[in-house]
Amino acid sequence: MSTRKLFLALGLACGLGGGTAVAETPGLGQPIAEGDIAAWNIDVLPDGTGLPSGSGTVKQGAAIYAQKCALCHGENGVNPAPGFLPLVGPSKFDRIDTMKTVPYYKYATTLFDVIRRAMPYPMPKTLTNEELYALSAYILSLNKIIGENEVMDAKSLPQVKMPNRDNFVIWDPDKIGYDPLHMQGPAMR
Amino acid sequence: MSIRKHRTASPPLEPVAGNGLLDRRALLRGGAMVAGAMTTGAALTGAAAEPLQNDPWSLEMGAVVPAYQVPSRFEKDVVRTRSNPNNEIRTSHARTPHQLLQGTVTPNGLFFSICHSGLPDIDPAQHKLVIHGLVKQPLVYTVESLSRYPMVTRMHFLECSGNSAPMFSSAPLQVTAQALHGLVSNAEWTGVLLSTLLEETGIDPKATWLLAEGADSPALHRSVPIKKALDDAMIALYQNGERIQPGNGYPMRLLLPGYQGNMNVKYVRRIKLLDQPAMSFFESKTYSQILPNGKMWLFHFTQEVKSFITHPSFGHAMKGPGFYEISGVAYSGNGRISRVMVSADGGKSWAQAALAEPVLPKAFTRFRMPWRWEGQPVILQSRAWDEAGNAQPTRAEFIAARGQTDKPVATPLAFPNQHYNSITSWGIDSKGEIKHVYA
Repeated sequence: MSTRKLFLALGLACGLGGGTAVAETPGLGQPIAEGDIAAWNIDVLPDGTGLPSGSGTVKQGAAIYAQKCALCHGENGVNPAPGFLPLVGPSKFDRIDTMKTVPYYKYATTLFDVIRRAMPYPMPKTLTNEELYALSAYILSLNKIIGENEVMDAKSLPQVKMPNRDNFVIWDPDKIGYDPLHMQGPAMR
Repeated sequence: MSIRKHRTASPPLEPVAGNGLLDRRALLRGGAMVAGAMTTGAALTGAAAEPLQNDPWSLEMGAVVPAYQVPSRFEKDVVRTRSNPNNEIRTSHARTPHQLLQGTVTPNGLFFSICHSGLPDIDPAQHKLVIHGLVKQPLVYTVESLSRYPMVTRMHFLECSGNSAPMFSSAPLQVTAQALHGLVSNAEWTGVLLSTLLEETGIDPKATWLLAEGADSPALHRSVPIKKALDDAMIALYQNGERIQPGNGYPMRLLLPGYQGNMNVKYVRRIKLLDQPAMSFFESKTYSQILPNGKMWLFHFTQEVKSFITHPSFGHAMKGPGFYEISGVAYSGNGRISRVMVSADGGKSWAQAALAEPVLPKAFTRFRMPWRWEGQPVILQSRAWDEAGNAQPTRAEFIAARGQTDKPVATPLAFPNQHYNSITSWGIDSKGEIKHVYA
């Protein structure tokens, strides 16, 4: 890291903001309120940050799945159409090319997030919060990760313990500057 | 004007490694030395050329000069291979034809592309980039406003971490360098350093990660350490001098030099500073690798040192014994390439290849090795080292650590695992037929 960049990083890390040790910048960014970013601000973090209000059951999810998902992903999440991913798969990963489906994820929030942003593939970002929770519940239930009578909402979803959760290791902490004290979120600690 | 002594009197070149590898300096000193060697080495073709005639194009005016030129019609086969030519509802891959290219710059039309939901048709006048989250002031930028910022221009490779994945197969697939390694390309990128923009938004001290998200329909997003963002991350606007291609992120993409392609988020429209990784779909699944010991890697970001021979390689036909130049590309996400060694005997002996200047960090370096083939069976290999001291692993070393499939993989479109970077071997038999082999 160059001295100048170090100064910049230190200045920013100390909360001094811009203008401490660097050249002037054009300042052409337009200020925006966080509230006005809401339509794009759709990410969900492992600790549940970003989850909306609402809830859904496995049974509700089954009906929505049959209508909006099964055509590509297959009935009950198996036997998908050619080129599409199944949603039910092994939860033991004992070969380097074991198929990775929902049970591979470290956190259940990843499932909710990817459905919310990307599904259904031809018409993403059209599902309601209730549909998202219901589909998450149904797909987790198909994989026997939660029971058939469980309800998913902003409180219960982050608490789902995924079967593969404890099998991950950070690749090369030194090389990527991974600092476990500061870079792990609440859910990863 | 003095008359310099001609160099054709040089003695014939002795091989510096097995099966006819010649001293790389033969190239650096110019062609005369090699030519001199060839007159006493393997025979030149010998037959006299036919008398020269004027061809039709020398006798008439040519075609209209187009506004945007494309390669000659005779180059119609120099194209990307596509995994989804009918745009079915799934991911599309387009691979770079390395065995048909030279130098280090990948032409924009041949730059590899992976699109998870087709090509978005983004109006640059409407596109916005917002930076928010753990910042002091969320800010929105446009293509027009970013165009007024101080820019940097840097040469960098971009590689899908699934590049070379067919080589996880327990048996070598008989396919081209394009099929094996076509998901890496190299370009000159111009844009605004992300650190410049983060200076304007300010960074909350709690921020340790950011997520970058695209404007494409799957809103692809990835988590990036703030440290990388402040190091050399760029909001790239130009690719080889012109606006970025739609398949490569038009009108802007995040560029993270040396990091796996998928993190270099295309069509980037949102950057959110976080105190934890987002654990997006792609970092949770596709780009987290299963290891032979039953553990899984998270956050394998760096594209490690790799090289492969492009000339000659599978799909080429040897034209009989004689002089050839072996060449290929080498690159590392850790920095500059420091050395490339070439073997023609399956790794028993090695000779150092010439590196084409300039050797730039996190960019393609073209290596070259003069070679006199006597027509015997050979196995060509290249092995690269980077300035951080990393050596490209042999296949045996690599699979001991990372494993291979139980059964041979049927198609080069499969991705059994990720981040494959061991040596590629091309076996040439006495008839000159080139095969992909494991050695």
